[in-house]
Amino acid sequence: MHSDDVIWDTLGNRQFCSYKITTKTQNFCRNEYNLTGLCNRSSCPLANSQYATVREEKGRCYLYMKTIERAAFPRRLWERVLLSKNYEKALEEIDENLIYWPRFIRHKCKQRFTKITQYLIRIRKLTLKRQRKLVPLRRKIERREKRREEKALIAAQLDNAIEKELLERLKQDTYGDIYNFPIHAFDKALQQQEAESESESDAEKDEEDEEDMDKREFVEAEDSDLSDFEDMDKLETSSEEEQEEEEEVEKKASRSKAKGKTPLKGPARRKRPYIEIEYEKETEPATKTKAA
Amino acid sequence: MGDNWLGCGVQQVLITSAKSTKMWVITSGAPQEHLRRPKLAPPKAIPKTIENQRVYDETTVDLNDEEVAFDEATDEFAPYFNRQTVPKILITTSDRPRGRTVRFCEQLSTVIPNSHVYYRRGLALKRIIPQCIARDFTDLIVINEDRKIPNGLVLSHLPDGPTAHFRMSSVRLRKEIKRKGKEPTEHTPEVILNNFTTRLGHPVGRMLACLFPHSPQFIGRQVATFHNQRDYIFFRFHRYIFKSEKKVGIQELGPRFTLKLRSLQKGTFDSKFGEYEWIHKRREMDTSRRKFHL
Repeated sequence: MHSDDVIWDTLGNRQFCSYKITTKTQNFCRNEYNLTGLCNRSSCPLANSQYATVREEKGRCYLYMKTIERAAFPRRLWERVLLSKNYEKALEEIDENLIYWPRFIRHKCKQRFTKITQYLIRIRKLTLKRQRKLVPLRRKIERREKRREEKALIAAQLDNAIEKELLERLKQDTYGDIYNFPIHAFDKALQQQEAESESESDAEKDEEDEEDMDKREFVEAEDSDLSDFEDMDKLETSSEEEQEEEEEVEKKASRSKAKGKTPLKGPARRKRPYIEIEYEKETEPATKTKAA
Repeated sequence: MGDNWLGCGVQQVLITSAKSTKMWVITSGAPQEHLRRPKLAPPKAIPKTIENQRVYDETTVDLNDEEVAFDEATDEFAPYFNRQTVPKILITTSDRPRGRTVRFCEQLSTVIPNSHVYYRRGLALKRIIPQCIARDFTDLIVINEDRKIPNGLVLSHLPDGPTAHFRMSSVRLRKEIKRKGKEPTEHTPEVILNNFTTRLGHPVGRMLACLFPHSPQFIGRQVATFHNQRDYIFFRFHRYIFKSEKKVGIQELGPRFTLKLRSLQKGTFDSKFGEYEWIHKRREMDTSRRKFHL
């Protein structure tokens, strides 16, 4: 009854075998006891009543054998032998157990055993190295986080916060002498103090000023992006001039408080009684950037 | 405006339209005084924002707290704040970084002075760290990448400092920023840290500050900002200029990104056996919309 050829003829060759997978170039066998993994007359565990395989379970290798005497008892069909951990010893054990078996099966069993030990070694090596852990993204949470981030960004008002902080630092004098912006109270005190000795020193300093302005180079920052700012040049000149003259300072203060963008050139040339000219620029300077 | 019709508080309000056809609308209820006399209007209420309504965090640090001051004097950042160490940063990525991540690393290294980018050749972090310490690095930044975009940042303060793991989002390289200025120069930028108030936020803020050298060069007029808002830390890099004493203009240079803290671990990077000070647990911590941890 258990004729291998008949089984092979029907299942393997012609009719449907549920373990068989066909591809363009080859046929594979999905049977877990298959020795080579291919669908062949000599590798089919269904079509060979005397058959052996090597399989591994939890890192240990076993030799499975099937003989025709047990063909009627499916539960006892496959006999299992634990192989030694030592590679050479295990090969000898295979030979011992499969003595007098067809050469093909013996050879393939040993080949399979070799492959299995090799991949077990690789597994052990890899676990020692760093392992990349794949964490699944949860769509709902990602969306929620993104939305919250956007709202937080709007609530943060970063530009304003940064500007405020910088102005705070300016007020607290962390920049020291670099920027000489007039401070309110300072002005008023000065104004009163220097009301007397003005007219004389004015005349002198005006001359000084004109010379110095020609000689002066603006080397405050090494980077050349000063040209990025429209008002930069004007600002530089005025700040340089102010360093000398403090009496002119209060005039500048009153002018900078004036509306719009006043030109910052030439406050030095003014004498004490002066006419204030206000300019109002209608367009915002291009340098003011907004967060994208 | 309308006369008190029927004398019982029902008022007629005259509505005039452009074509001067008059319509009379009867409004019931008390005569609306505040329509007529704006001074009697109820005072404008303060709008509720999430920041206003934020659940009070009992770990908020009071700046004058002695215990906190003592902690800060003796924690891992003390050498930096005492100016004993100069920050030296190593920037690297996860395995096989793609173009965007590589460019981001380069830009980050221009922003952070005294930083070096090294290509990670599949090396284990635990082996890199002793080598870094031997070469006097103070901080290690690992940028994690997923599908060609950077999405995570591991910041480790080196001589046995804490390790913070952030999720990074909204990374914009320099060319994607609109109206940017020229390249950041070599000057040391200033650092602004905003809103790191709680007991957890404080060391995180200090850790971020440790990346930058202690004394900024004001000549460069560059400022790096870490702004914490609702547990999102926004990083921006600007160049500023003072137009007057009350006005300052800022221009964005440099890359920008957003960080969200995922975990803070004591000691250098050791994900399996490290002692975690704080891990973000979604189920416990994300329950309230108004509760923030940083």
